[in-house]
Amino acid sequence: MHELVNTRHNLQIDPHLHIWGWEIGVYLFLGGIVAGMMIISGFFIFTGRAKNPKCSCFWIPSIALIAISFGMGALFLDLEHKLYVWRMYTTFQWQSPMSWGAWILLLVYPVLIANMLLKLPEFIQNRFSFLKKISDTLNSKDSTMRMIGVISMVVGGFLGMYTGVLLSAFGARPLWNSSMLWILFLTSGLSSAAAFIHMAAHDVEERRMLAKADNTFLMFEFVVIILLIVGHLSSDLVHIESIKMLISGAYAPVFWVFVVGFGILIPLIIQLAAVNNKIRYTAIAPVMVIIGGLILRLVIVSAGQASNWSTSVFK
Amino acid sequence: MARYGMVIDTLKCVGCMDCVVACKTENEVPIGYNRDWISYETTGKFPSLHQEIRSERCNQCDNPPCVYCCPCGASHISETGGIVLVYEDKCSGCKACMAACPYGARYIHPEGFASKCTFCIHRVETGELPACVSVCPTYCMSFGDLDDPQSDVSKLLASRSNHSLIPEAGTKPQIYYLT
Amino acid sequence: MKSFSRRKFLQISSATFASAAALGTINHVTKGSKLFAGDKTKTGTYQVPTYCNLCFWKCGAIATVKDGKLWKIEGNPLDPLSNGRLCPRGTGGVGAYSDPTRLKSPLIRTGARGNESWKVVTWDEAFNYIADKLNTIKAKHGPEAVAYFSHGIGGNFIKHTFKAFGTPHIFAPSFAQCRGPREVGFELTFGDVIGSPERTDIKNTKCMALIGSHLGENMHNSQVQELSQAVENGASIIVVDPRFSIVAGKAKYYLPIKPGTDMALLLTWSNILIKEGLYDKEYSEKYGIGFEQFAAEVSQYTPEWAYTETGVEAKLIIESARELARYKPASFIHPGRHVTWYGNDAQRSRAIALLNALLGNWNHKGAFWQPTKMPIPPYPYPAYPEAVMPRADNPGKKYPWAGEEEGLTNGIREATITGNPYPIKSWVVYATNLMNALPNQQETLKAIQNLDLLVTIDVIPSEIAGYSDVVLPESTYLERYDDLHSSPFTTPFLGIRQPVIDSPDDQKPNWWIAKQLAGKLGLGHYFPWNDIEDYLKFRVDKAGLSYTELKEKGIILGAKKPVYIEEGVEEKFNTPSGKVEFYSTQLAEKGFDPIPKYEKPEEPPVGFMRLLFGRSPVHTFSMTQSNPILQDMIEENEVWINIDIAKQYGIKNGDYIKLKNQDGMVSNKVKVKATERIRTDCVFMTHGFGHQSKALFNTYQKGASDSHLVTKYKTDPIMGGTGMNINFVTIVREA
Ligand SMILES: Nc1nc2c(c(=O)[nH]1)N[C@H]1C(S)=C(S)[C@@H](COP(=O)(O)OP(=O)(O)OC[C@H]3O[C@@H](n4cnc5c(=O)[nH]c(N)nc54)[C@H](O)[C@@H]3O)O[C@H]1N2
Ligand SMILES: Nc1nc2c(c(=O)[nH]1)N[C@H]1C(S)=C(S)[C@@H](COP(=O)(O)OP(=O)(O)OC[C@H]3O[C@@H](n4cnc5c(=O)[nH]c(N)nc54)[C@H](O)[C@@H]3O)O[C@H]1N2
Ligand code: SF4
Ligand code: SF4
Ligand code: SF4
Ligand code: SF4
Ligand code: SF4
Ligand SMILES: [Mo]
Repeated sequence: MHELVNTRHNLQIDPHLHIWGWEIGVYLFLGGIVAGMMIISGFFIFTGRAKNPKCSCFWIPSIALIAISFGMGALFLDLEHKLYVWRMYTTFQWQSPMSWGAWILLLVYPVLIANMLLKLPEFIQNRFSFLKKISDTLNSKDSTMRMIGVISMVVGGFLGMYTGVLLSAFGARPLWNSSMLWILFLTSGLSSAAAFIHMAAHDVEERRMLAKADNTFLMFEFVVIILLIVGHLSSDLVHIESIKMLISGAYAPVFWVFVVGFGILIPLIIQLAAVNNKIRYTAIAPVMVIIGGLILRLVIVSAGQASNWSTSVFK
Repeated sequence: MARYGMVIDTLKCVGCMDCVVACKTENEVPIGYNRDWISYETTGKFPSLHQEIRSERCNQCDNPPCVYCCPCGASHISETGGIVLVYEDKCSGCKACMAACPYGARYIHPEGFASKCTFCIHRVETGELPACVSVCPTYCMSFGDLDDPQSDVSKLLASRSNHSLIPEAGTKPQIYYLT
Repeated sequence: MKSFSRRKFLQISSATFASAAALGTINHVTKGSKLFAGDKTKTGTYQVPTYCNLCFWKCGAIATVKDGKLWKIEGNPLDPLSNGRLCPRGTGGVGAYSDPTRLKSPLIRTGARGNESWKVVTWDEAFNYIADKLNTIKAKHGPEAVAYFSHGIGGNFIKHTFKAFGTPHIFAPSFAQCRGPREVGFELTFGDVIGSPERTDIKNTKCMALIGSHLGENMHNSQVQELSQAVENGASIIVVDPRFSIVAGKAKYYLPIKPGTDMALLLTWSNILIKEGLYDKEYSEKYGIGFEQFAAEVSQYTPEWAYTETGVEAKLIIESARELARYKPASFIHPGRHVTWYGNDAQRSRAIALLNALLGNWNHKGAFWQPTKMPIPPYPYPAYPEAVMPRADNPGKKYPWAGEEEGLTNGIREATITGNPYPIKSWVVYATNLMNALPNQQETLKAIQNLDLLVTIDVIPSEIAGYSDVVLPESTYLERYDDLHSSPFTTPFLGIRQPVIDSPDDQKPNWWIAKQLAGKLGLGHYFPWNDIEDYLKFRVDKAGLSYTELKEKGIILGAKKPVYIEEGVEEKFNTPSGKVEFYSTQLAEKGFDPIPKYEKPEEPPVGFMRLLFGRSPVHTFSMTQSNPILQDMIEENEVWINIDIAKQYGIKNGDYIKLKNQDGMVSNKVKVKATERIRTDCVFMTHGFGHQSKALFNTYQKGASDSHLVTKYKTDPIMGGTGMNINFVTIVREA
């Protein structure tokens, strides 16, 4: 018999940590999908697909720009000392993933804008001649374009990894504390971005290509989830206790049904059938993937906060 | 350089919460928040029970993740005594430090910044003991320089069996409990 | 590194005593709100030494005011009771000042009694109203028809007013609801009482047995500090309690006794000491009387038998008895404090006294000390009028050892209900919440219905205030002077209470109330002094001490006197025989057992458990639950239920349930603490919660009230105390 009574009663801490709500989940999701978009559009630019008139190369970065702004808005909403947000930019704390993230987010903007400039639509070109000038200069040299494509992929990659590293760096939260987490979030970002693009793409070929890529990402994501679980289960007691919350505990139904089932496996099956022309292509599967990606972040953010050292050790 | 720490005798502590009340008044900790608290841990089967009572607070870790994760440089290791403090006017309230602390030692002050035990550095600097230590009616808490082998805390640690809280989490906590 | 002085030298200048301006209205305290908003127009810090009033221990304290706000209260290092360290309640005394429920102005009842509807009146109107009624009652029924209840030192001046008024009826719950039986038991045995602070030498003891006394939850400061020293010294602690209390966790021997069977254990311990020749033979021969009868009487109580009664294993009983004997005379059985448990409490206390006698420890170091006290001459008041009629609380001295000084609260209540031996028409209640302090609330209500006048003087709207005709708001202890304080202790000392900060509203101090009321009653000549300070200074001067020094330091220590036999105290016993009375002729003469006997306690009916209660370390009785700081520590009480029983009922830790007692009385909803730390045949809760006064809005109905469930009590035939641990409850699964 073990009784542990604790007199502390701090808001957001007791009975267990609950500092971060939907805002952080949404922020991580949007960060992830933007990262995916940057990688994909960077890839398109790098490979020269941007020259294809039907390529989604303008609108991906524009949507990413809006998405990341919403993400930062959500992050800002979560801050408790909002007027002091600028403090993040008076310093760089190299040990702090959040500090890295703050600065990466700043990098994301110019990169996305550069992406957009590469493929300015007619109506903007006509309106703002100076933008057209910049666009033309950027387009003038292949190497510049390729460079932008690479930078976009690299920054996107960092952004995607960072969303995972942010959480996995918290040794105090055993559930998050896995080197698989950044891979999971990056892959999930990619799969969501791919799903979004192939859902919205005009070009049939682009859609097919991205749907295939999406399937690959989803399969990889599933494997990563399994690895994450196995990794925790083969770790110490606190990690085992923490992962049990997902595999059989309070968070298991949401996790298995919405994240793994509706978010990965079912859309994967649907999309496999679609790319093999067994069924007609619809938006159902990509929507499921995107929602699954969001729920994944929400579940991980929430369950991770409930996981801790003391209760598991003392149970 | 001094390294401040606390040594708390669980055999003497009665869990009366005087330390909690004293912290509340001394540091004007708002109602509904705690910088320190008591844990009562009972094991066994009635009537063969064992109880350990601990007055807990920020462990002023030597390897403080709350400092490392802070994006604003608000959480920092103090020059005096090597303890962990927060610059309230640098803090954005991002709560990363709260997520990073395995002990739940931090809270967000109603005014928005992260807050926690300061080891009453304002008192210590004027030669007083931390408020919680100075009120404890059982004299079960000791405060001092862990780097000084002649300090009370060092002597107690040398002479009695003790443990710290969740050392497995790797934070190197600097509050020790005598058993 | 700097060295840490125990405390910075007190910097108390005469500026210290400049009073702070009245503060604005006090805001309601909600979660996260700042308790500490001060007066922005004031800057700087000052300290005032005073003494604590969060309980009756009266620890020396120093309050600090910063920028016009009361900041903190710490112990006065000069004070031998606190040694500079207060208990959590004393530290949280700041919240007594900022309590949002505080009474602000005098009130006169407008609705039915207990409706809590009032009109705000001036002090003058209130005094006129009271004086008028009191004089009418006096004219019709005599001054004896008025009873004054008070608890604590704050009641002294008003007590003086009522003695001058002519009533012999002065009461405090500290006798018949608290430590009366103990004082009687020890007085009958050693010819001397335990007193308050308890004369136990915990810090020097080598072995101590605690019968219930839950030190560490019972936070009487010096006792707790000494407990810690005993632990440090490696003293053997024996704890006898149906509940694994905090101190049980520090014990070498924990005896999980069946409630109500302590007498079996005590007598068995005595038998073991005698049988095994472990007792102090020389002592009992030299100083005892009736030892042979005692030895013969207790020889029937064997450990094996005791096991069947108490549930404590024979081996444990034997070992703990030997442990006590091993360290005699530096070992003792703690006499306890709240001992009104089963209605045979004076006899149980006597059994404790007798065990101590077997250890030969009276006034021996490590067991008991002989109190010393600073002699302070009284103020020369005119003589009080002689009472015409004998007291009504104990007619015909039905309870031969009922206290004269503190009276029988329950006795006067009965007289008020029955009108026998004569009618009681008015109660004036100072700082005692009779609704919660006395058992059986229905009887208290019945008595109240017979009153022409019920006046309550309190700082917050207590339950008894809610039933009163007039409510007078007192300044808290932080805002007033009070009587001088010199408790009997190991060192003589004198303490002063003085105002730290102004009262926030129209509250007034007791001395002012006493004097004004006396004036209105035509008894002004009983208050020859104008201001309390005249009174205080007069007495301090008379004692040959410096009033200025007292004000500056808060405490003046007297010359240390011997307190142990080892230091030269005489082995002297103030009993009729001049000996330790193993056999009490006094008791025999009044028809009581001259040697304590064991009686079986009543068993709980099937499905019921005995209701036990005790202290929360951060609360005092029913008076601190609305204190915002202490409330922030513990907001509501829990009912402790053995985890196996909880399982049987399908209830979990943290569930809310109600309790129903044997008379069908149902409690407020209360949180369950399902725990290993209690026997299966009883439940436990801390006293004071579950307030029924709506005006205590921040604590109203939080937790359950033990007082509400104590409908049954058993009166001690020897001294009239009310045994309250005889109620049984069952679990009602609702809420
Ligand atoms: N914090 C705080 N401290 C206080 C007070 C306060 O209000 N708050 N009040 C003060 C006052 S005036 C008093 S009188 C004291 C009271 O404090 P104590 O004198 O210590 O009171 P008890 O009634 O002995 O304490 C109750 C304990 O007795 C146990 N008990 C109940 N029934 C039995 C039984 O049949 N046999 C045995 N062996 N044990 C039993 C209970 O489980 C509980 O642990 O506390 C004082 N100290
Ligand atoms: N059921 C049950 N009954 C008990 C006990 C128990 O444990 N359970 N314990 C018993 C014991 S041991 C005792 S000693 C008694 C205690 O009984 P009481 O002394 O009556 O204790 P309280 O119920 O706290 O009531 C004290 C009242 O004094 C008021 N007060 C506090 N400070 C001041 C002040 O400065 N001025 C004025 N004017 N009023 C003030 C408080 O607001 C409160 O209303 O109760 C006894 N009755
Ligand atoms: S004040 Fe001392 S005895 Fe009381 S709980 Fe705190 S550490 Fe323990
Ligand atoms: S206890 Fe928590 S807040 Fe304190 S230093 Fe360690 S990690 Fe930081
Ligand atoms: S809440 Fe404040 S102190 Fe904590 S990590 Fe964020 S900025 Fe740093
Ligand atoms: S050291 Fe000071 S801040 Fe820390 S818990 Fe103790 S009183 Fe509070
Ligand atoms: S024991 Fe506590 S509440 Fe009582 S007088 Fe001392 S400090 Fe105050
Ligand atoms: Mo009492």
